[in-house]
Amino acid sequence: MSATVAEEGIQKPQVLRFWSTTTGKKAVMAVTGAILALFVIGHLIGNLQIFLGPDQFNGYARALRHLPELVWPVRVILFISVILHIWSSIELAVTKSEARPVGYTRWKPAGSSYASRTMYWSGPIVAAFVVYHLMQFTFGVGGTPYNRLDTYGNVISGFRVPAVSLFYIFAMALLCLHLRHGLWSLFQTLGFYHPRHTPRIHRAASLISLFIFFGFISIPIAVMLRVIPPIL
Amino acid sequence: MKLIFHIWRQRDRGSPGRMVRYEKDGLNPDMSMLEALDVLNEDLTIKGEDPVVFEHDCREGICGSCGFMINGVAHGPLLKTTVCQLTLRHFENGQELYLEPWRAKAFPILRDLMVDRSAFDRIIASGGYISTPTGSAPDGNVIPISKEAAERAMDAAACIGCGACVAACPNASASLFTGAKISHLGLLPQGQPERASRALRMVARMNEEGFGQCTNIGECEAVCPKGIRLEVISRMNHDFLKASWAARQPATD
Ligand code: HEM
Ligand code: FES
Repeated sequence: MSATVAEEGIQKPQVLRFWSTTTGKKAVMAVTGAILALFVIGHLIGNLQIFLGPDQFNGYARALRHLPELVWPVRVILFISVILHIWSSIELAVTKSEARPVGYTRWKPAGSSYASRTMYWSGPIVAAFVVYHLMQFTFGVGGTPYNRLDTYGNVISGFRVPAVSLFYIFAMALLCLHLRHGLWSLFQTLGFYHPRHTPRIHRAASLISLFIFFGFISIPIAVMLRVIPPIL
Repeated sequence: MKLIFHIWRQRDRGSPGRMVRYEKDGLNPDMSMLEALDVLNEDLTIKGEDPVVFEHDCREGICGSCGFMINGVAHGPLLKTTVCQLTLRHFENGQELYLEPWRAKAFPILRDLMVDRSAFDRIIASGGYISTPTGSAPDGNVIPISKEAAERAMDAAACIGCGACVAACPNASASLFTGAKISHLGLLPQGQPERASRALRMVARMNEEGFGQCTNIGECEAVCPKGIRLEVISRMNHDFLKASWAARQPATD
């Protein structure tokens, strides 16, 4: 199957025509969302090494600092993904609000999950979290003690502040919700549905997002409960 | 049986509307929702008021003319049932019912509970057809079609175009409708030649009409009186993405 561009009677370049449709923007969200989700999983596996002690964890951080040829391409890809993901979500949020200018006096969900209905809330809050998170642990301007060479210490002193830990836990709960819907939705958006496999994707999305939630919050909780000790 | 209706009343496209309360006693639980409105309208007519306008035709759940929101759910609380097939026995005596028209920019309200769904017709006209010679009927079984493809095309073709999917969707997306039409034709051999351009055109038209995006939340599937599944939306996405990728510049002659 193939159509010609002229057959559609529009002279715009194909990329712009693609971007001008909701289906095209959703595909961009799905691909960039998948990239971000893969990063989140990798980041979690890296972070969990904090339970193996300061030497292991700081060694891991040092190894990453000495691998600019890995770190920088990943940063660039993540940056582009975040920009595209947020840009399409803003345009789609506008489309969505224009599509129903007058709302119902009553509306009751008949089949959708809470996670799916709150994508346009959980996303922006996670974005705000990411900004704070980078300020705190990458740039060291988050208001908690920071030493560029002691990543382990930064985490301990950061999470000793209950408000900081609570904000992290809250943000992870929202990320979990976002991915609970997003991880299956992206398959649907990219055109994959199968009556046998889609229910499995649903289950996998729930499991992976719960793993991400419990994995990440285990760190602030362990620090607050003094399970992860400071270096003496 | 008694019901208390709160019904959206609006004179025409341009006028403001409002919810108006009506009490109606002496209803028969075996009546359909539309019959209840018929009886209410008789009262209103006798009183010299304007009857409540709503769309209807077959009253047997197959034409797709009827439809409005009942207490925030498209076609009311009963699964896979249009309002013309929804009987009053599914409600409690004295229950309050809020009846509102489908709400979407692409479905302007014509009057009361009646909206203009011609945007759906324009989506169909943009690509929901096959080009085939007409004339004498083709011989049977000339084109082999697998049982599975025939069944799935038939499932998608069950869409009656009532608009409940748009009404239920928080984004007022027409993806379930458009996906059903694209799947119905795209699953059959006769639909292959235009499969790519159909997806590109129908998706573009759907956007131009002002429908929103699909966020795969599944409200449409839940309220669809014909049980159309979300699978048709992923088929639409698949055909659209593939066609966008493969689209060529026109051959120069
Ligand atoms: C760690 C960060 C993030 C990850 C891993 C992520 C992942 C995803 C995934 C996989 C989807 C599914 C795409 C689809 O429906 O096909 C999605 C959708 C969405 N994301 Fe994110 N996202 C992240 C951050 C954000 C941020 C910061 C925003 C906010 C501006 C955001 C807003 C949205 C919205 C609104 C959707 C729904 C799109 C739609 O269904 O139309 N996300 N996200
Ligand atoms: S009147 Fe035909 S489907 Fe309800």
